[in-house]
Amino acid sequence: MAVGPLRSHAKEPVVEVHHLSTRFGATVVHEDISLTIYRGELFAVIGASGSGKTTLLREMIHLQRPDAGSIRIFGQETNAMGTTELRRLRRRCGVLFQEGALFSALTVAENAAVPLREYTGLSGRLIQELALIKIALTGLPPESARKYPDELSTGMRKRAALARAIALDPELLFLDEPTAGLDPISAGGLDALIQHLKAWLGLTIVMVTHDLDTLWRVADRVAMLGEGRILAIGTMAELARSKEPLIQAFFQGRRGVKVKERRWNQK
Amino acid sequence: MEEETFAKDVEAGISLGEDQVVYSSGYWTLPHLANLERRLARFPWPKTPELIWDLGGIQAVDTGGAWLLQRTLNALQQEGRRVVLRRLSPAQAELMRMVARSWAEGHISAPPAQPGRLERIGLLVWREGIQLQEALAFLGESVMTLLRTFARPRTLRLQALLKRLELDGYHSLPIIGLLLFLVGTVIAYQGAEQLRPLGADIFVVDLVGISMLREIAPLVTAIVIAGRSGAAYTAEIGTMNVTEELDALRTIGISPQELLVIPRIAALVIALPLLTVFGDLIGVLGGMLVAFGELGIRYTEFISRFREQIALRHYLIGIGKAPVFAIIIALVGCYQGFQVRGSVESVGRNTTTSVVQAIFLVIVFDALFSILLSWWKL
Repeated sequence: MAVGPLRSHAKEPVVEVHHLSTRFGATVVHEDISLTIYRGELFAVIGASGSGKTTLLREMIHLQRPDAGSIRIFGQETNAMGTTELRRLRRRCGVLFQEGALFSALTVAENAAVPLREYTGLSGRLIQELALIKIALTGLPPESARKYPDELSTGMRKRAALARAIALDPELLFLDEPTAGLDPISAGGLDALIQHLKAWLGLTIVMVTHDLDTLWRVADRVAMLGEGRILAIGTMAELARSKEPLIQAFFQGRRGVKVKERRWNQK
Repeated sequence: MEEETFAKDVEAGISLGEDQVVYSSGYWTLPHLANLERRLARFPWPKTPELIWDLGGIQAVDTGGAWLLQRTLNALQQEGRRVVLRRLSPAQAELMRMVARSWAEGHISAPPAQPGRLERIGLLVWREGIQLQEALAFLGESVMTLLRTFARPRTLRLQALLKRLELDGYHSLPIIGLLLFLVGTVIAYQGAEQLRPLGADIFVVDLVGISMLREIAPLVTAIVIAGRSGAAYTAEIGTMNVTEELDALRTIGISPQELLVIPRIAALVIALPLLTVFGDLIGVLGGMLVAFGELGIRYTEFISRFREQIALRHYLIGIGKAPVFAIIIALVGCYQGFQVRGSVESVGRNTTTSVVQAIFLVIVFDALFSILLSWWKL
C-alpha cells in the first residue's frame, strides 16, 4: 500500500460479491450470497465448520470458481480476467493460508523474498533487505530468517507466512483462520500484529475465523454464514444482539458467553 | 498502489536542482524501485557537508520506497554529512520510521562462516556414523519383528500382504515382460551376428539361456522393482512420517514395523522370485523368436538344445538371488521412508536416495554372488 495523495478515503468498495452460488455435487454451499467490503476495513467471515467460509475465501482469491454469480475485486470482474490481468490482480493481494503453506525447501527469508523476486527486478541485496524488514515487521526474531519452516513453531510459522503475504505491500490481505491452532497469548499477539499492519500499511483485510476473541478485538464488520446464505452482516455488537437462533447459538455457546462476559467485565 | 503506477511512464525520479537541492519525484513504489536503485547508485550527490533533500514531489511511497530512501539517507550520514529532509509528509515520515525500526531489529549479518576443512571432515564422519548406526538399528528392529512374526504367524498382516502382492507383484508383470522380451531379442541378435561367421549358430541357445536365467532376468527384474516398489515404499512411509501417521500408529499400539515393513518385505520376497521366473520365460521366448528369424533355428530344435545344454543350477541360482534382492529393496525403501524428516522436500530427496542405494546394493550383491559361486565352481 502506498502512502500518497491519490488515496481517497471515501467508502470505496474493494471486494463485491454478487448473487454468488456454489454447489459441490448435490450439496449447496452458497445460495445467492451478496456482500461488499470497503477499503480500509477489517472484514471477518464467520460461521460453523462446513458453512463455506473457506470456500468463499478461495473464490475471492480465484482458486476456485463459483457456479453462479460474480466477484469484483478493485472494481474488476475476476471471472472474465485473462492471465495477465489476473497476475496483476494477484500482485495486489496477499494470502495467508491456514497452515501457512510456506515453501518447505526455502528458509523463511527466502520464502518472504519469493514474491519480490517474481514481481520486481530489484537487486538481490535490496530484496534480501526488504524480506528481512517484513520478517521483523511480523515480530519474528532475526535468527528465524535463516531457519526452515519445519524448524519453527506453529505460531512462528504463521508469522513467517504473514511476512510472505505482505512482501509486496498488498492493498488487500486475505487471512484464513489466522489464529487457529495458536495458544491464547500467541493468538492475542497475532491479533495485535494484524491491527498494526492494517494501520501501518493501510491494508484492507478479509479474514475467516472461528475465534471469538479475535472477532471482538479486531473485526470492523462481520458476516455470518449459515445454511448456505448470509445470516447477518454488521459489527460484532450488532450480531451479538441478533435474535436469529443460529447466531444466538454461535455467541451463546459456553465459550461465546465467556468471551462476552470478559468483554463486559473489561468495560 | 493505485492503478496508474503500473504505467511505465510514471517513474520514480531523483534530480539535482540548480540550487544544489536534491529533488525527488514520482512513485517510490515497488514497480519502480529497480530503476530507482540503479539511479541512486550513480547519482552525483553534491559534495557539500550539508545537504537539502526535497521530497515534496513524491506521489506515493510504500515500504520498499521508504527503505530505499532510508538506506540512502543512512549511507549519506555515514559519510559524515548532515541531510535535511524537506517537505516530508507525516505519513512518509511514519513509514520511514517503521521501516528503520524493523531494519534495526531484524537485520542479520552475513551467514556464519563456513566451517574449516578439518571440521567439515569431522562433521561428515560424525553424520555418516550416525547414519550407519540408525541403519543398523533399523535392520535389527526389522529382524526382531520378523522373528516375532515367525514365532506368532498370526501377527502377520495378511490383508496388507495380499495388497502388496497385488500392487508390487501382479501389477509389474507387463513392464517386466516387455523389458525382458526386448533384452532377450537384443542378446539373440548380437549373439547371432558373432556366431554366424563361425558356423556356431546353435550356441545362441546357450548364450540366451545361461545369461538370461542366471544374470539378466534376476537383475533386470530387481532393478525395475527397486525403481517401482522401492521408491513407492519410501514415498508412502515418508509421507506418513511427515503427517505424523507413524506416531499415530505407535500411540494406538500398532508397530509401524509390523504393519508397514514386514508385509512389504514378505510381499517382495514372494513376488520377486515369481517375477524372475516370468522374466526368464519371456526373455528366452524373445531369444527364441530371433533365433528362428535370424538364424533359422526351429523352435523344437531350440527347446531340445535348451534341455540338453542348460543345467538346472543356472535357473536355481537366478531364482535364488531374487529373495536376497527383494530383502535389500524392501529394507532400503522402508528405511529411507523412516528417515524422512519434517518437510515435503525430504520425501523427494529420500526417495531418490532409496532407488539409487537399492540398485547399487543389488548390483554389489550380484557381483558378490558371482565371486562366491565361482569359488565353489558352480
